[in-house]
Amino acid sequence: MVSYYQPEIECASREKIRELQSERLVKTVRRVYSDVAYYRKLMDEKGVKPGDIQSVDDLSKLPFLKKDDLRDCYPYGLLAVPLSDVVRIQSTSGTTGKRVVAFYTQKDIDVWDECCARAIVAAGGDKNDVVHVSYGYGLFTGGPGLNGGSHKVGSMTLPMSSGNTERQIQFMCDLQSTILCCTPSYAAFLTETIINQGVSDQIKLKAGIFGAEAWSEEMRRDIEARLRVKAYDIYGLTEISGPGVSFECSEQTGMHVNEDSFIAETIDPDTGDVLPEGTKGELVFTCINKEAFPLLRYRTRDICVLSRKECSCGRTLIKMSRLMGRSDDMLIIRGVNVFPSQIETVLLNCGLTSNYQIIVDRVNHTDTFEVQVEMTPEMFSDTVKNISTREDELVTSMRAMLGISPKVTLVAPRSIARSEGKAVRVIDRRKI
Amino acid sequence: MAINQISIFVENSVGRLAEVTAVMGDAGIDMRAMCIADTADFGILRVIVSNPKRALEILRASECVVSVTQVLAISIPDTPGSLSRVIGILADAGVSVEYAYAFITRKKGNAYVIFRVEDNERAEEILARNGIETANESELYEL
Repeated sequence: MVSYYQPEIECASREKIRELQSERLVKTVRRVYSDVAYYRKLMDEKGVKPGDIQSVDDLSKLPFLKKDDLRDCYPYGLLAVPLSDVVRIQSTSGTTGKRVVAFYTQKDIDVWDECCARAIVAAGGDKNDVVHVSYGYGLFTGGPGLNGGSHKVGSMTLPMSSGNTERQIQFMCDLQSTILCCTPSYAAFLTETIINQGVSDQIKLKAGIFGAEAWSEEMRRDIEARLRVKAYDIYGLTEISGPGVSFECSEQTGMHVNEDSFIAETIDPDTGDVLPEGTKGELVFTCINKEAFPLLRYRTRDICVLSRKECSCGRTLIKMSRLMGRSDDMLIIRGVNVFPSQIETVLLNCGLTSNYQIIVDRVNHTDTFEVQVEMTPEMFSDTVKNISTREDELVTSMRAMLGISPKVTLVAPRSIARSEGKAVRVIDRRKI
Repeated sequence: MAINQISIFVENSVGRLAEVTAVMGDAGIDMRAMCIADTADFGILRVIVSNPKRALEILRASECVVSVTQVLAISIPDTPGSLSRVIGILADAGVSVEYAYAFITRKKGNAYVIFRVEDNERAEEILARNGIETANESELYEL
């Protein structure tokens, strides 16, 4: 039997969703135009007045917001409520080291939690389940999002956070976790460890909700077979709220967008033209149910296809496909956003030239992350100890900037491949 | 007297060491001594050469990353226990040796040890007090 967390929304008629979206969009646009100078400026520049937005059909009249706008507005420039109404922030990395900070009122948290609750119920969860959350907690939205969703569902929630695999597996066995929430690569690693420890028989997982990084259908089938779970994809981004912007149902053919909160469009990344449903393009979201940080037409840079084909699960919410790439140079490595420009910033801060190359691969379903740096006379020394110390400093600075540690490899000067005089900064060997 | 050692960064890839040594060989640079320190990713080739100034020029021109370090060269008898005696003297005086390498010469019965220490002057003083002289550059080049 199919269950829903909020069937009145999840299975609502197209007309009802449109009506709700139009009403919320008009209200949000009016509010941000009057309360947020930056939106007012953007809209004035484009010659759009709040009165021009009467329904969702007028959405394309609004200007786009980009990650650079978020950086320019850091920290409070896009905040749409008084600071006293904010109860939480979450944060993600920005393009040049300046982080993106997103704000939430209590109502925003409640809506976000409900979005995640829908995902958990769609994965077969209810109050009798034990939800094992191995996403990171803290500024990263993964842990807090699924944690909140699980509370809404009424499941017993294990706020495991990431890492400490031994303890993860021990709790999984002892407390009989039934739903695992983490990145797909960590799920693969846990699976591997469970099999190696020979404790598969003690694991009672039935479902996994795996997101925050791109993964392939092959990887899904592999985890499903070896961990003996049904694996569901989930999508989200801090700027828009966090995980649960869209979620997968039992059909496993894409993720239903929580359309009562987020309007999805796909655009041509070069021209900005809105593309018809079913065409591959850059995903753009408009938040219509948020108080503190309601981004309008935010360009995610994620490439996918939107589809309104009828779904066997009964949900009428539009579906987005698995992510097919990026329209910028951002990498997602082990669930963490990495911009090549951040590496460059660290190298320059350390007094090094910015001759580097990022090499990403996936070995046993886990991302490997290597930064090759060309050796310079300033960094060189006749003792291994001195060079290793500098290498360690680089890794530490990169970890501080990115939130994950690369392996730093020092290479000969001018050995990094340059095509047409321009160095190739990223080699991504992952086949997703 | 301290002498100049040239250290060269060698990326850990097939053929790189051959390239670096060929640069010196082609320029007629004669190596008196060499040693390689290696890690998983890279190596440091350290050499004592006949003409350090020229070697530096041509290595830099070939885009090698190089540095010059002052090291001590000590002549010792090529007999069991003589290296241990010198190191013992340094150790007793609290001088730690970063690295060392040795080579024997055509001159029968004699060997040289290269020492890299923190403070060359102090080490030299300690060795001199124990009757051990350090070799100068010309002595090494004329071997």
